[in-house]
Amino acid sequence: MSVFLAKRFAIFVATLFGASVVIFLALEILPGDPAYAILGADAEPSAYEALRRELGLDRPAVDRYFSWVGGMLTGDFGVSYTYSVPVSELVVERLALTVPLAVIAMALTVVAAVGLGLYAAAHHNTIGDWGVMVFSQFGIALPNFWFGILLILFFSVYLGWFPSGGFPGWSAGTWPALKSLLLPAVALATVQAAILARVTRSSVLETIREDYVRTARAKGLTRTATLWRHVLRNALIPVVTIMGLQFANLLAGTIVIENVFFLPGLGRLVFQAIANRDLVVVKDVVLLLAAMVVIVNFVVDLAYAVIDPRLGARDA
Amino acid sequence: MNVSRRPGLHTLALRHRSFLLGSVLSGLVVLLALISLVWTPHSAYELDIANKLKPPSPAHWLGTDHFGRDVTSMIMVGAQNSLVVGVVAVSIGMAVGVLLGLWASAQRGWAEELVMRFSDFTFAFPAILSAIMITAILGPGAVNSILAIGIFNIPVFARITRGSANAIWAREFVLAARAAGKGRAQITLGHVLPNILSAIIVQATIFFAIAILAEAALSYLGLGTQPPQPSWGRMLNEAQTFLYLSPHLALFPGLVIVISVLGFNMLGDGLRDLLDPRLSRTRLAGYSSR
Repeated sequence: MSVFLAKRFAIFVATLFGASVVIFLALEILPGDPAYAILGADAEPSAYEALRRELGLDRPAVDRYFSWVGGMLTGDFGVSYTYSVPVSELVVERLALTVPLAVIAMALTVVAAVGLGLYAAAHHNTIGDWGVMVFSQFGIALPNFWFGILLILFFSVYLGWFPSGGFPGWSAGTWPALKSLLLPAVALATVQAAILARVTRSSVLETIREDYVRTARAKGLTRTATLWRHVLRNALIPVVTIMGLQFANLLAGTIVIENVFFLPGLGRLVFQAIANRDLVVVKDVVLLLAAMVVIVNFVVDLAYAVIDPRLGARDA
Repeated sequence: MNVSRRPGLHTLALRHRSFLLGSVLSGLVVLLALISLVWTPHSAYELDIANKLKPPSPAHWLGTDHFGRDVTSMIMVGAQNSLVVGVVAVSIGMAVGVLLGLWASAQRGWAEELVMRFSDFTFAFPAILSAIMITAILGPGAVNSILAIGIFNIPVFARITRGSANAIWAREFVLAARAAGKGRAQITLGHVLPNILSAIIVQATIFFAIAILAEAALSYLGLGTQPPQPSWGRMLNEAQTFLYLSPHLALFPGLVIVISVLGFNMLGDGLRDLLDPRLSRTRLAGYSSR
């Protein structure tokens, strides 16, 4: 087990390092001169020189890379060019929206998908199973931003139950804040639940055919008890893998959904930063999002080892 | 003696519901794009402010947008855009990914490890994130969104190619070819590639659907196709401003996206069942990275 963990940890660190190098190369080296990229080609020479010094571009690239990564690790994200405030302040503020949004969406995804998947598998080849498969087929084809617009159209424009966008902040109270996150979370979750429900269904159907399940039934265990005690745990292994990938994509998906619902989260921040050519913010937020994706995948690997002890044993 | 024969591929295809429905839906979208090359009900670019935000009518089947442009014509021309982005992005992903996968499988050892770690690594950058980086450097545009989607496709194609190719390398006829003195490159081109082609075609169809979705999302965000070229994603973005006045504008482009994605997905499912039944799980693996 420890060999397995050590191996995964080494890959985790290497991926993080690789991601930071790629982002640095892409956003600091490829544009040629970030100062020009920010100011535009017709910039005043004095403004250009001042910005170069401010961004530390007079120092060698390797130096800049290490001070950037070192800063990120210690919480010093640099100063935003457009907002003139520390990027860490901007990020912390936005994370208070993006992370709860992704977590609510993931919770909705898991509850809906595992429920639907189990139901479909338990009612294999019935109209209910067919209904779940049709939902899944449509859900996979649904662009989440369009579904978000449809939700606004129905629940905000016609029924007036939910705000059509914006975020009052957590200081306005938990319920108003949650209320403005609910539609975006549903828009994010529906597509992912459609995918996960299929994975759950096929995984449960596969597990049900295993010999040990037949043995459990033969020794007198009821159908429900077998399903909960023997089938579910084993069927969860592929489900957890896909869930990990999905959480990563929910984080990325928030970039789109935050723009649909005008939510001031990390996605909107990076988006505005691109419009303002604020490369300092773009670089930091992209690394942060990539790091979150990598961390989630690492946690999934760990969860994997817990659910399936064979995995750790094989590597050890 | 009565010999029962396995029905031919085209007979099976005609009986396969998903394949048939998928072919019809994706065929419709392709047809729409082709027709728009020679004919559209109105110009998709011409502004007619006097007739702005009109609901569907015999003159404008799906109504007009805030500039008075005909929505039907814009959707038809938008189909060209989605299909071109899909074809080029999938071709980039397929060309590079398949080469990497074949190389990894033929070399094994460090080469395989390198390709697999590279593809693990690229999972840290979901399509939208790489698109954001690319646009931050190069600016928004159709070409850059094609690049972003194409790059995002590479690791998945590499993984699938390597997996399928490894299975072929373990077969006896490959052993026979090696015994006959054929080199790795010769075996890869002569034996491995032809045997995994169906798996690659299936994957390409499914990725085509994912590419259409990704292009729509990027255009919606303003990172993809730029005005005045109509695109489904941007039509939805513009429609959102007029949601209270003209909700119909937000319906049709989204419906066309769903129909195209559904069509190519079902076509991919059908092809998979017909060409390579062993591949039943790969589609979801690809989709989870959306």
